[in-house]
Amino acid sequence: MSRPPGRKQENHKISRDLFVLTYGALVAQLCKDYERDEDVNSCLDRMGYGIGIRLIDDFLAHSDVKKCRSYSETADVIAQVAFKMYLGVTPSVSCCSATGNEFSLILDKNPLVDFVEELPVERASLCYCNLLCGVIRGALEMVHLAAEVTFLQDRLRGDAVTEIRIAFVRKAEDRKHKRK
Amino acid sequence: MADEALFLLLHNEMVAGLYRAAEQGEGENGRCTTKLESMGFRVGQGLIERFTKDTARFKDELDIMKFICKDFWTTVFKKQIDNLRTNHQGIYVLQDNKFRLLTQISAGKQYLEHAPKYLAFTCGLIRGGLSNLGIKSIVTAEVSSMPACKFQVMIQKM
Repeated sequence: MSRPPGRKQENHKISRDLFVLTYGALVAQLCKDYERDEDVNSCLDRMGYGIGIRLIDDFLAHSDVKKCRSYSETADVIAQVAFKMYLGVTPSVSCCSATGNEFSLILDKNPLVDFVEELPVERASLCYCNLLCGVIRGALEMVHLAAEVTFLQDRLRGDAVTEIRIAFVRKAEDRKHKRK
Repeated sequence: MADEALFLLLHNEMVAGLYRAAEQGEGENGRCTTKLESMGFRVGQGLIERFTKDTARFKDELDIMKFICKDFWTTVFKKQIDNLRTNHQGIYVLQDNKFRLLTQISAGKQYLEHAPKYLAFTCGLIRGGLSNLGIKSIVTAEVSSMPACKFQVMIQKM
């Protein structure tokens, strides 16, 4: 074989680059199509939702995770298994509410913005990685966990780190206890 | 690494999202294909740069096309092009018998008319890749039976 040994590693990296570049082209096209940042953000969120509801099947098929017994376990699985598997990074998780249903994922390295230098001035409130919020929301919904996912801080907008807030919404438990 | 699932899903969402927006907006189908193709073009340009950083210089046009068919296609779609034909006068036909972006769609006649939507991005990808290797081209695609498709590359002599 005349291939150098590091080729497989490079190929993974190029597959990752393909996704990142495609995402960048998508955001650029959306910015051309929609004038308001909110429209672009909601479009990205909707697309992310569509991806998330399908990605969860792929995730569960490829990973060995058992059923999560608590919200904090779920948040840990998202950060340590899912992010690692798909984006190659492991955000750190912290719980930020007394009731135990709000968590923050702090990303100090975000592969989606590898090729982005800075947002244009007229797009100050664009949430570049909003797709991620939709993906997490969609995936959680398919395992019957309703959550609101938003970006609290974003490095591209000048904040120190990128922080994603996942707020699980407690559903009324009465349906489970209905007895005939 | 589960990257292929991510790209496949993103691509399908992009196609669906663009066409949905077009239906609600002006209702122009042609623009969507152009948009997808130009996105693919930009991605192809960037990708080929990362890819050929360390490879040797290409001898001629045919060498470049073979590179696209083997290494490029393998990295992006996890398989090689099944058949490359040329008339040695600037026209190349790349045939893929099991195109990754079409395998998720049922293999019958039902969705044949929708198949070209899923090829536009890849046409741009090829055109962008060739463009940054110094070749100006026009790339079109056709599907005769799912999931096989043919990409026709016409080299433009400058």
